[in-house]
Amino acid sequence: MPGQFQAFPTNPQWEGDGTSRVPFWAYTRPDLYQRELQRFFYQDHWCYVGLEAEIPNPGDFRRTVVGERSVIMVRDDLGQVNVVENVCAHRGVRFCRERHGNVKDFFCPYHQWNYKLNGDLQGVPFRRGVKQDGQINGGMPKDFKPEDHGLTKLKVACRGGVVFASFDHDIEPLEDFLGPTILNYFDRVFNGRGLKVLGYRRQRIQGNWKLMQENIKDPYHPGLLHTWFSTFGLWRADNKSELKMDARHRHAAMISTRGKGGKNEQVVSGVDSFKETMKLNDPRLLDIVPEPWWGEPTVVMTTVFPSLIVQQQVNSVSMRHIQPNGNGSFDFVWTHFGFADDSPEMDQRRLIQANLFGPAGFVSADDGEVIEWSQEGFKQKPNHRTVLEMGGHAVEDTEHMVTETLIRGMYKYWREVMEQ
Amino acid sequence: MSTMDFKTFSELLGLYADYAMVCDSDQWEQWPDFFVDQGVYRLQPRENFEQGLPLCLIDLQSKNMIRDRVYGVKETMYHDPYYQRHIVGTPRIISSSNEHGVERICAQANYAVIRTKYDGESTVFNAGFYSDTIVRTPSGLKFELRLCVYDTEMVPNSMIYPI
Repeated sequence: MPGQFQAFPTNPQWEGDGTSRVPFWAYTRPDLYQRELQRFFYQDHWCYVGLEAEIPNPGDFRRTVVGERSVIMVRDDLGQVNVVENVCAHRGVRFCRERHGNVKDFFCPYHQWNYKLNGDLQGVPFRRGVKQDGQINGGMPKDFKPEDHGLTKLKVACRGGVVFASFDHDIEPLEDFLGPTILNYFDRVFNGRGLKVLGYRRQRIQGNWKLMQENIKDPYHPGLLHTWFSTFGLWRADNKSELKMDARHRHAAMISTRGKGGKNEQVVSGVDSFKETMKLNDPRLLDIVPEPWWGEPTVVMTTVFPSLIVQQQVNSVSMRHIQPNGNGSFDFVWTHFGFADDSPEMDQRRLIQANLFGPAGFVSADDGEVIEWSQEGFKQKPNHRTVLEMGGHAVEDTEHMVTETLIRGMYKYWREVMEQ
Repeated sequence: MSTMDFKTFSELLGLYADYAMVCDSDQWEQWPDFFVDQGVYRLQPRENFEQGLPLCLIDLQSKNMIRDRVYGVKETMYHDPYYQRHIVGTPRIISSSNEHGVERICAQANYAVIRTKYDGESTVFNAGFYSDTIVRTPSGLKFELRLCVYDTEMVPNSMIYPI
């Protein structure tokens, strides 16, 4: 172990070939962060941009991000979903300022360059000059080709109403990117039925973006940090559960079936968060009604690397979008939804159970807090490292949750791609 | 804007002031008492409110559910300790009625909540407006609905205490 007085790495090297010790500097170095943006968010990976239900009609658009790059998801006149970068080809203006709306075309207010909904440039004021006193003044040169100056177009993949995009047009198909195991859990939620957006929640967390992926690849913490999970048996070490990854260990699914809760000495003894006598004053907060599409599990949390978490925790379903902004901060945007055929009672149930999640959630508020505290520790002495040895050192699927294998898997992949 | 007699208006001001003080002084267990039994507390992002989307940050649909939130704040949620301070504007009376013997007031007021963490500066944590429905009960004015619609686009990490 490096000397404890040595806070800053002089020659940062990841020791050994394992991933059960992650250097703190993996979360704090701006140069690595930039490489992550490039290699994870801007190439080779499908990033989440939104739901088709957010833009049901031609001309509907929603502004969002891929990594730190502002993009617009828009439905064109043919009903196709396009994603274009929100940077004018002329002078680089992030021209789209509204977050959502309906338009016939895009234009940049600065010099009124005008684009079709697929990103093609269709209008440049004074392109052919301005006639004055029998002369043509100015104008673009004859060799100016509008087709060379469209908005940057992203490749788009829609599956089950979910829209992913990539700046990288040579990327593998979304289905291959997810792999059969994760695709199976993705399709469990998005099986083609209509989605109904319930609303948004936004928070800014002062932590490295990877910590949020790790949080949902870490089945060790929920039954300990989160009283609601341990006390009501929603997620804890004695629940039947499985952890699964794709072949490259970048994505994962944590699958579990709710237990009875209550007092099992082995898993709650000495656990500060377990409240044996806790009873809800209003049981509607946990008025859980199993839905046929769940199958056996009551919860499946799916991490799609690098940008998305798909949450199904009993009747609450959401997309959690990771939007990094710097090595030490990310925005976390929650889109809660239900299904088009939900009854009004199910709508209400999803809305009430949403009290468990989000920036103020009985459960999720804690996650944002501990992530910030981790980042503080990393900044304090980047030469140190974490210890991810619960369940051993291996990267493997398991049939229990007493392990940090999914985080080790993510860092196996990270090391390959990042060449660290 | 509707008008009302000064005594009622003064009581309304008292309700707002007392509510803010309870929120700011760790007296969470008193928070549910500002509501009738069927009272509803909602803290909603402005974007959802304006788009007609029902999701809230916190959506408590009875006094008992508000009690459950108090238990969460006091006992179950791990969070950074912080102080908060409400600055509440003068309420604007939207309507005031007395039907079937029920005296009911609809009122709105702007608010800003300043958060101070240990070792930190004081920053604006949440800014928005209250949109309230208040009824007179034998124990004074109570909220039937307190809807807090906030402008603050990004919650600075998490929100624990009541607004």
